[in-house]
Amino acid sequence: MSDISIDARGLTRRFGDFTAVDAITFEVNEGEVFGFLGANGAGKTTAIRMLIGLLEPTAGSAMVAGHDVATEPEAVRRHIGYMSQRFSLYDDLTVRENITLYGGIYGLRDSEIAERMHTLLGRIGLEHARNELVRKIPLGWKQQLAFSVALLHGPRVVFLDEPTSGVDPITRRRFWEMIYEAAAAGTTILVTTHYLDEAEYCDRISIMVDGAIAAMGTPAAVKASFSVSSLDEVFLRLTRSGVVA
Amino acid sequence: MSAFAAFVRKETYHILRDRQTLWILLLMPLVQVLLFGYAVRTDVHDIRLAIVDPTPNVASRALVQRFASSSRFQVVGVYPTTESLDRGFREGVLRQAVVLPRNVDRALLGPGPISIQVISDAADPNTGSIMQAYAGAVIQRWHAESAPPVALGVRIDLTTRMRYNPTLESVNIFVPGLIALVLTIVSAMMTAISITREKETGTMEMLLVSPLRPSAIVVGKVAPYVVMGFLNVLLVLGAARVVFHIPLRGSLTLLLAECLLYILTSLGLGIVISSRARTQRTAMIAALAGLLLPTLMLSGFIFPLDSLPLPLRVISDIVPARWFLAIVRGVMVKGAGLASLWPETVILMGLTVLLLTIGAKRLSVRLD
Amino acid sequence: MRTILFLMRKEFLQVFRDRATVFQIFFIPVVQLLVLSNAATFDIKRTALAVVDEDRTTVSAGLVRRMEGGGRFTVAILQPTTAGIEQALLDREATAVLHIPRGFEQMLVRERHAPLQLQLNAEEGAAAGIVQTAAQAVVTDYARELGASMSQTPRVVRGAALDLRAQGWFNPSRNYKHFMVPALLVSLTTIIGLLLTAQNIAREKELGTLDQLNVTPITKGQFITAKLLPFWLLSLLIFAIGLTMGKVVFGIPTRGSVPLVFLSAAVYLVVALGIGLWISTFTNTQQQTMFVAFFIMLIYLLMSGLFTPVDSMPRWAQLVAQANPVKHFVFIMRSVLVKGAGLETVATPLIGLAVGGAAVLTLAVRRYSKQTS
Repeated sequence: MSDISIDARGLTRRFGDFTAVDAITFEVNEGEVFGFLGANGAGKTTAIRMLIGLLEPTAGSAMVAGHDVATEPEAVRRHIGYMSQRFSLYDDLTVRENITLYGGIYGLRDSEIAERMHTLLGRIGLEHARNELVRKIPLGWKQQLAFSVALLHGPRVVFLDEPTSGVDPITRRRFWEMIYEAAAAGTTILVTTHYLDEAEYCDRISIMVDGAIAAMGTPAAVKASFSVSSLDEVFLRLTRSGVVA
Repeated sequence: MSAFAAFVRKETYHILRDRQTLWILLLMPLVQVLLFGYAVRTDVHDIRLAIVDPTPNVASRALVQRFASSSRFQVVGVYPTTESLDRGFREGVLRQAVVLPRNVDRALLGPGPISIQVISDAADPNTGSIMQAYAGAVIQRWHAESAPPVALGVRIDLTTRMRYNPTLESVNIFVPGLIALVLTIVSAMMTAISITREKETGTMEMLLVSPLRPSAIVVGKVAPYVVMGFLNVLLVLGAARVVFHIPLRGSLTLLLAECLLYILTSLGLGIVISSRARTQRTAMIAALAGLLLPTLMLSGFIFPLDSLPLPLRVISDIVPARWFLAIVRGVMVKGAGLASLWPETVILMGLTVLLLTIGAKRLSVRLD
Repeated sequence: MRTILFLMRKEFLQVFRDRATVFQIFFIPVVQLLVLSNAATFDIKRTALAVVDEDRTTVSAGLVRRMEGGGRFTVAILQPTTAGIEQALLDREATAVLHIPRGFEQMLVRERHAPLQLQLNAEEGAAAGIVQTAAQAVVTDYARELGASMSQTPRVVRGAALDLRAQGWFNPSRNYKHFMVPALLVSLTTIIGLLLTAQNIAREKELGTLDQLNVTPITKGQFITAKLLPFWLLSLLIFAIGLTMGKVVFGIPTRGSVPLVFLSAAVYLVVALGIGLWISTFTNTQQQTMFVAFFIMLIYLLMSGLFTPVDSMPRWAQLVAQANPVKHFVFIMRSVLVKGAGLETVATPLIGLAVGGAAVLTLAVRRYSKQTS
């Protein structure tokens, strides 16, 4: 029985009359790669923001890395990593400076920072660009760098919000290898994406439609439940009928 | 043409949707005019004055009386010596002191001059000069009327008429200045930030790829702000009229037309700034830090233009606000028409064209 | 602690890498200080005078010469009729009009007194009062002279001429720059410091990097400190440079303790920059931030006594001005530098500033929430 890294119960968020996230309930196990799918505007980003403590839930609760996001946000923050849609690295700082900054913020010692930086850059192949401004690095590398920085302090859970937007297929592939590596080492990964082929890479997925979870399970199980052979089809069925399963 | 219209529409929605900014933009100048109208006075009054009179007599008491009955002054006390003056000034109890010689009544008869000393707290020499002038005027009048009978000397009665602003109302002087200041900063800043923001976020490139020409992009970006600026003017003018009853002796149409012209001038300024700025921060610092104080100080807003030394007068002549302020004051306070104000208007137009041309050209270069 | 250092390092790197900003924050204050210090005065240099001389005698001509001779007036128009004079005033060709009536000389000789009319363009307000006094002085002197030359019997007792001696209390040289330079310095440092601080956070919000920081274990206190300190240091540096320039270029006095001035600057800047921080907790975009900043700055500057005297404000406004940190800092600067005052005199405003700083920072920290509700 593995530990549950993310435990959402009836998590809801309303903005005035509009319900962005409608009482979603799901669990993610330790070391799982969980795909959080849905069309644009389905509520994925809002849900993630609640899970990482940036947005207060209107109703419901969630536990991340064993801590309640509403009552113990600080504890949660120590154990999670985050990569936002815009990569959130400082454009006007160099690769090295970004890594040093986040390392320091998470309390890593200077020696640890140096060591991890070396490994990280070596793995991505950015060693030569150590002193380049992030602004000048190609998108694919920026994305890999952002992911690595999210992992720098060894978090238990990592949230990735549309990490592969605008990136070429080869780089996307390489990126998912990095995800698998991290998962294999015990890190739980929750990734949102609207690339359905990437969904196949996940251990389990959920599909959000209009703020609620319309389908959840392993990719195979989900396809089977709709009697279709591709997730594309599942998606079309769900969004066309607006059904909440 | 329809691509342009669509673009302008997008920009307008952009602004209208940003409720917070909208409120700030419209409300702020209003609050400012109300606040400053009530609170800020360029004039000096209630000057705390001490009079040193070693030998009080009829003549000297007459002078004290004049000061006491003047609403400009507040006679703190009449002292026999200058001893307590020092402490009075230091503690701020005193702003000014008049020191009379001994036996004023005899001194007035001559033959030598009668020497009266006026000491003003000149730590703030601006108000110092004004206090000086007021005290001097009181003493001059007293002297003219206390001197021996007219038959023995010659008297020239100088009467002064203050034109256009007989009561020297601060508000009348201030509100036009405030309009100029707010329009300058708001229009220039808004434009500069708006354009630089597109540059920074990279959406400028998307616009450039569209069928819109660069000039159309700039115009489209800037158009809604012309409307905003104009709304601001209307609000401020309205408030000033209703609350403070400031005069509008000239043509309202002329005034609004000139305001429109000036909005364009400021927008031109904003465009020039944005053509050189790569980031919003640069644009902001250039517009706010670069324009605020110079506009306050070189446009005639507070400090009279006649007091500027020559080199600064030249600089002041290229500050657009200086011309606009003359126009607004002219129309509102003096009731002047285009017949009098055409030179200023032409200069303002010239500056506008210059700024817009330079700005547009520079911007196109950068964009292309 | 270490976290704060890491964050501060990032801020410094970001600012100093932006050449445009570095240039601006040093160039703008320096240039404006040098140039604008000469602008801030009510010392009317020359007034354009129109003279309508309906008399056209030697006496009237003498008066006109006298007016010009004093150096305060320039005769722009000299004509025998009032035709076009209204227009001249409207057009600003003349700021003042002196009307010498027909029969001026005759009246003076026969009746020993004559009227004279002066019209002043009062659209700029207080300046008019100064021009009036100057004109009055010339006229009085001229009358004195005429009386002397016209007097038949030398035995006649003549009245005493008025010798008005003007003196400034703390500024014997009446060098207005000694006041304005410190005031301008305060304004410039405040504008730049507040702007940088406020814009900084607004930018991170806009770019999304603030989210990234909010997800980390950084505490609110650490965040605010790291956002404040770098710009506080920069502002102090700008202040120091400005002060040095003031001393070297304008010779402003340093009669009191300079360390006290710096201490006050340090405390004041916490308040000023703290307000910038606080503003950024309300706004979402850089644009909004700038407008609110402008709004607040203008109020602070115009109600601080820098340009218009606080004493002239209505009672309630004077009370409100008590809450204006700029006012207190200017008072401290002026008292210490120009009047040579010591700690006893400035202790109250200084403590006030310190309390204000603590209050603003607390407000900013309170308002700053990583989590949106």
